[in-house]
Amino acid sequence: MRLTCVECPMGCEIEVEVSDGKVLSVKGNTCPRGKAYAENEVICPRRVLTTSVRSADGKMVSVKTAFPIKKSETFAVMEKINKITVTAPVKIGQVVCENISEDINLIATSNLND
Amino acid sequence: MKNYDVIVIGGGPAGLAAAIRAYDLGAEVLIIEREEITGGILNQCIHNGFGLARFKESLSGPEYAARFIDEVCKRDISVMTNTTVLSLSADKKVTAINQTDGIFTLQAKAIILAMGCRERSKGALNIAGTRPAGLYSAGSAQKYVNIKGYLPGKEVVILGSGDIGLIMARRMTLEGAKVHAVCEIMPYSSGLKRNIVQCLDDFGIPLYLNHTVLKIEGNDRVTGVVIAQVDKDKKPIPGTEKHFDCDTVLFSVGLIPENELTKEAGIELCGATKGALVYQNRETTIDGIFACGNVLHVHDLVDFVSEEAEIAGAAAAKYALSGSKERSVVNTFAGDNVSYVLPQKIDKNIEGNVKLFFRVKKALEKCTVKVICGEQVLLEKKKRVVRPGEMENVILPESLVSELGGDISVVLEGKEI
Repeated sequence: MRLTCVECPMGCEIEVEVSDGKVLSVKGNTCPRGKAYAENEVICPRRVLTTSVRSADGKMVSVKTAFPIKKSETFAVMEKINKITVTAPVKIGQVVCENISEDINLIATSNLND
Repeated sequence: MKNYDVIVIGGGPAGLAAAIRAYDLGAEVLIIEREEITGGILNQCIHNGFGLARFKESLSGPEYAARFIDEVCKRDISVMTNTTVLSLSADKKVTAINQTDGIFTLQAKAIILAMGCRERSKGALNIAGTRPAGLYSAGSAQKYVNIKGYLPGKEVVILGSGDIGLIMARRMTLEGAKVHAVCEIMPYSSGLKRNIVQCLDDFGIPLYLNHTVLKIEGNDRVTGVVIAQVDKDKKPIPGTEKHFDCDTVLFSVGLIPENELTKEAGIELCGATKGALVYQNRETTIDGIFACGNVLHVHDLVDFVSEEAEIAGAAAAKYALSGSKERSVVNTFAGDNVSYVLPQKIDKNIEGNVKLFFRVKKALEKCTVKVICGEQVLLEKKKRVVRPGEMENVILPESLVSELGGDISVVLEGKEI
């Protein structure tokens, strides 16, 4: 299986050998992050989801999942996120919603002042 | 007239990093920003992937900006927001306007240009058809979605495959729109490879390379677009037309450094970068005026913008506090397969290594970058793959810089992909 790594802008072309749902070999990566990416990607692809939520007074606050969530869950998680309203003040890093997917929190990536 | 050692025009990533460095080297610094808050375009870039080089973690745009805004706040750096610079003179007078002070003029010892860039508009494309509502630059659509909280449309076609277009393909899809196609006239995307994967492939959005737009349909609101494949001369091939129904068209067709003030001051520009001609300390052809970030040349990574801004910030502080030295200048040129090299001038009297940034004309693999001076190869570096969408660099060590016998060129040899 051929993949393009998305861990960094280099975009390494990685070749992964898979058999019976098990990774046999990873070639073409230039760092350990690439190897980990490739191993996950062929079994259960994950991505950090970035989007925004609305505050009570209509301003937008950008958010992200603190860790990569299952790619297959993306739209289900978006639906949950779009129901969230936050109240000022919000600080970068603050948990906006606990366990938005599995045990992964949704956290703010921008500040909202009073 | 109020005086500053260094006035930074623009409070985006370049301006913030330049101001911090100039202040830390002892200069009294003012940042002038036309928006309500500093941070520039990063504020609307809520996706992640920023800061991998600098902070070794993947930050969103607002998080990356906040790291620098916090540093500015810790220092006694003056910041004027909601203030637009109207003109800049060669003797470093800055005339600006805002709602509280009206029009006013400030005098600086050194200036840092950090105005960033703007998007090429659809007007630059000469597209046949009507001019209905629903046509946006990718960046304005990004502002509507991420800052204002509006979705500009539901059925989308994106013209041009620059990074902002790719990012917006994913963003609009996440918010419930259907992105039918991304259409690119070149045989390659100008965006990062990873963005093709995580923004298009992840969502099954087709990328049509070697395709151009023939027609935009609709009167009040856009109702559809027609695209077609192009031949080697970029002429549409009859019979390859495809029609898409859509209510929104986004344009992601390149960025242009915003150099109106630069031109007015009489600073010489470079045709290839559309930014100022600079020395390695990012000083322009007017002594004491420096440029950095996307106003100088369009970067694909903000990490490199910050790095460049720090060079300019340091040099501006040095100039403001101790004036200039005599120069000994050689020029840099773009050789085979290279579209531009920055800096365009090297002053041999400035200490330190020189990082030569360049872009390639076409994608190559197993290649060698050579820095040559006349017949002599000064430096060789192997690169696995190079792409026009990704800025490359090679470092010329100080020992070579001081010994340069004449102008140098950067050339690239490799196998076409």
